[in-house]
Amino acid sequence: MFNIAKIRADFPILKRKVNGRPLVYFDNAATSQTPIQVIDAIVDYYSNYNANIHRGVHALSQEATDKYEAARQKIQRHYNIGKIQEVIFTSGTTHSINLVANGFSSLLEKGDEILVSAMEHHSNIVPWQMLCERTGATLKVIPMNLDGELLMQDYYDLLNDRTKLVFCNHVSNALGTINPIAEIIEAAHGVGAAVLVDGAQAAPHIKADMQQLDVDFYTVSAHKVCGPTGVGMLYGKEAWLRKLPPYQGGGEMIAEVTFEKTTYADLPHKFEAGTPNICGGIAFGAALDYMNALGFNAITKYEKELLEYATEKLLAIGGLKIYGTAEHKTSVISFNIKDIHPYDIGTILDKLGIAVRTGHHCAQPIMDFYKIPGTVRASFSFYNTKEEIDALVEGVERAKNMLQ
Amino acid sequence: MTIKEIQEEIVDEFSMFEDWMQRYEYMIELGKALPLIDGQYKTDDNIIKGCQSKVWVHAELKEDKLVFTADSDAIITKGIIAILIRAFSNQRPQDIMDADTEFIDAIGLKEHLSPTRANGLVSMIKQLKLYAVAYQTQLN
Repeated sequence: MFNIAKIRADFPILKRKVNGRPLVYFDNAATSQTPIQVIDAIVDYYSNYNANIHRGVHALSQEATDKYEAARQKIQRHYNIGKIQEVIFTSGTTHSINLVANGFSSLLEKGDEILVSAMEHHSNIVPWQMLCERTGATLKVIPMNLDGELLMQDYYDLLNDRTKLVFCNHVSNALGTINPIAEIIEAAHGVGAAVLVDGAQAAPHIKADMQQLDVDFYTVSAHKVCGPTGVGMLYGKEAWLRKLPPYQGGGEMIAEVTFEKTTYADLPHKFEAGTPNICGGIAFGAALDYMNALGFNAITKYEKELLEYATEKLLAIGGLKIYGTAEHKTSVISFNIKDIHPYDIGTILDKLGIAVRTGHHCAQPIMDFYKIPGTVRASFSFYNTKEEIDALVEGVERAKNMLQ
Repeated sequence: MTIKEIQEEIVDEFSMFEDWMQRYEYMIELGKALPLIDGQYKTDDNIIKGCQSKVWVHAELKEDKLVFTADSDAIITKGIIAILIRAFSNQRPQDIMDADTEFIDAIGLKEHLSPTRANGLVSMIKQLKLYAVAYQTQLN
């Protein structure tokens, strides 16, 4: 049984007030809150063993290196990654995607095709547009239906022997759709294309199995999964990571340097130039420990309850329309009420201590698809409650009465 | 009335409200009552960048005074613009340039003044002042 009171006690921030009211935090898809176990890991690092890693002869450096590498192993286990050298620490999903996009610059040529889904975050569109500009490859879009589900037949029709790369998020940040990535990966491999899956939004809800999915690249940001900001991971199949050139030059990523020639370090260090976010990496590991102790099955079950409860309650509000009604979705509700601007609703909710996201959610193509300026997005986490959803519904009613 | 007198009047009006709800309800009313910008001026060139909602501002010199008209697709933003226009429109450019904006704080909208806030109140004020500078140069 999910002990929600005990879980909430782990999150110090949930005790605070905003505008004189208890905080109701429903912006979890933007960033998740941090449990005391993760905060303690950060404090412990800076209090007891802060040191640069991988090159010190002294005790602190060795301790920090051991903990950092232990965190890499936690990520490996969590995502069922075959080899430890396939886990690259990055500053987050955006960094991970750029690393891969940059690497493919030398592998693509004019006439090659790249497919992206119609529901991508800007960070999974712009790097590929830049890649196409550099290489002369063409970017094509996998369309979606009004429920926010990818049109798989259209996808299969787009695939051909010129398709080199396919990019798709595991879960859409604006709509919550869980995409059928297993099918997407299998079909792409059928024409010899590589697949990068942006797992940022899936991370807090779905424990993805890299070996089972047979995905080529997968990206995650720690701050979506109760970890700190500024750290994340790139999973890449070893063969691909060997093929891609290093992204940034600097310390850590070299084997030998002379002014004539530098040889690069082996994986994963080849892609980890400079002093990494050591504390962040360790805290990322602590966050995965925390989530796994709760159990992803229990988390998903509880969040589904919250989603169903909130969907029913919100739809009872006259004129409210939900965007993103896919059969398989995470606990995210994007909505508008008639022609009231999402920004106005968000402003009133903020005065009531309720944090939601408003705007285009860095996914302008989706908003253009629905012909709306943006939406109000409430995203629920396992530490939220039905009482908080009641507060949201009451707040939305109040905003509607004030604004219409 | 001078800009300062108008600002004091606005502060007076807002001081009657007991809580944020009443203040926002009033702003929403002001937003709804704002005379709309002429359609021909609702162009991309007149959009103020830095707002999550769209804001259009048009400035026109009538004799020696600068007249602003504006619109937004969000009603609270429109209310804020209505307040700004009331304070700054139909004034001499030099006076608009010299005016301070502390009254925003006094009417309890300080939170909207943060430069990082997505509504761009700061951008709006900056834009009104930029128009004033431009037209003052023209008058000189």
